[in-house]
Amino acid sequence: MTAMLETRALTVRYGRHTAITGVDLAVVNGERLALLGHNGAGKSTLFKAVLGFITPASGTISIAGHAPGDRGARCAVSYLPENVAFHGALTGREILRHFARLRGERATVADPLLEKVGLAHAAERAVGTWSKGMRQRLGLAQALIGAPQLLLLDEPTSGLDPVSRRDFYALVDEVAARGAAVVLSSHGLEEVQNRTDRVAILSNGRLVADGALAALAAEAALQAQIRVTARQGEADALQGRIGGRRCNGIAVEVSCPVPDKFELVRRLASDEAVRDIDVRLPTLDDVYRHFSERGRTEE
Amino acid sequence: MSAVVRIAATTLQEIRIARRNRWAILATLLLTAFSLSLALFAAGQSGQVKADTLTLTAASLATLSVYLIPLIALLISYDAFSGEMERGTLALALATPLTRSELCLAKFLAQIAVVGGAILVGYGVAALAVALPARGATAAGLAAWMRLTATSLLLGAVFVSLGIFISALARRTGTSAALAVGLWLLLVVLYDIALLGALVAGGDGLFATRIFPWLVLANPADAFRLFNLVLLDSAPVAGLDGLARNLPVPPTAVLAILIGWLLAAVAGGIAAARRLKP
Repeated sequence: MTAMLETRALTVRYGRHTAITGVDLAVVNGERLALLGHNGAGKSTLFKAVLGFITPASGTISIAGHAPGDRGARCAVSYLPENVAFHGALTGREILRHFARLRGERATVADPLLEKVGLAHAAERAVGTWSKGMRQRLGLAQALIGAPQLLLLDEPTSGLDPVSRRDFYALVDEVAARGAAVVLSSHGLEEVQNRTDRVAILSNGRLVADGALAALAAEAALQAQIRVTARQGEADALQGRIGGRRCNGIAVEVSCPVPDKFELVRRLASDEAVRDIDVRLPTLDDVYRHFSERGRTEE
Repeated sequence: MSAVVRIAATTLQEIRIARRNRWAILATLLLTAFSLSLALFAAGQSGQVKADTLTLTAASLATLSVYLIPLIALLISYDAFSGEMERGTLALALATPLTRSELCLAKFLAQIAVVGGAILVGYGVAALAVALPARGATAAGLAAWMRLTATSLLLGAVFVSLGIFISALARRTGTSAALAVGLWLLLVVLYDIALLGALVAGGDGLFATRIFPWLVLANPADAFRLFNLVLLDSAPVAGLDGLARNLPVPPTAVLAILIGWLLAAVAGGIAAARRLKP
């Protein structure tokens, strides 16, 4: 399958500051990619380069075979910026009808789209009076006009409540099922779990991970953390037997590979000096932090 | 074809915004109030001068419009791009097939429509107020009025495009507002004062006869005023406008100066808009 979006050795600079360094990324039709990274990792910069707003210092970008910003690319791409804004004096319907015309669609596509994102009731009201979540949904409706082949969504769920968030991902699935490629950026893995096909992690402008979430978790091979609380006055002796790291006067923390955790717990449970055991398995946030920090130390 | 649709849609949207912001109504009220009061003042004078009321009004309006129309045009256009950059609405529009040149052209057309509408209504109301009573209008007076209206539209277009140019250059509304005020002061107020000063200092030498008239004409605001006054034999002129009696070029050539400014400003606006990074 040919890639809908492909970047090769993409490097973007703002003056002396290098925002993105040598990023190779490909997204195919029907694929949902989550782009993760801390603030300033280069997510928005990557989007702007793909849109043709910023000229890369080196490397190439191809959108369905077109260069960023040219006619073919503009027709193929839809964009929802971070903190989407509209002119507050216009109504939702006026704004959506306008974007439909800009995309070469009939203005009548606006009303069904407003219905779809749950804004039909507010269509006649000036957007200046809307809540942030409503504006975000209008931004999404705008990005769904026509049949975009590549959807670029920059932190699309910020400001959405959990219900709207679920509805939002349902819409993303619909677009991807139609064959569009979707790239959405987010702050955390928890949110995109089970909702995207692949995860790419940017750290300080470098791509430090790219793959399915399960594969990334396995690659990280993170350890289970077991916190053992000792009986009064026995902490030192306990640490002598099981090793690990002393947390405070009475607790010791040990770690072990996830598959071995039960054996360790069984052994700890039979130790007379142990009063309590607390097992913490690595979360998706730990996986994310693992890759993100790896990128920083490589700096 | 689709480019025409995009430009038309954006123009209508921009006009809608200008109407919602009350800019359109404010500009119209302002121009109507000023031209009506000048017309009524001229009507009161008409017994004492040989010119008819419409001609007199056209002459005084030409002098007033030089200040007012650039001001209104710049107020409407100064944040055309910088405002959108700050609000963050530009990225959304430019991610669609709409190009920067198309957007620039659409903004220009919309703002011309707003300024032009204000001029047509304002001058029209004043003309009716003068012409309706007996012996208010003559053929010469009507011709002067038409010239004034047409050149006012051109002057408005020049300053709207200058404002759009500024807004794309500055990228911040604060900066573009300062630039707009500066430009207005420079072209409309300080330029004439500086030239008069130079004229007084230079005496009757080469400067006064050969260079000075061209320097006056190079300013779009002065070119507009001189074009209108030079064709009004009967209207009283004073100060810099004395030049109207001995222009170095035919009056129609003065129009070419205004059109030259317009084309240069539009080209500058498009070039600056192309360099914006939303």
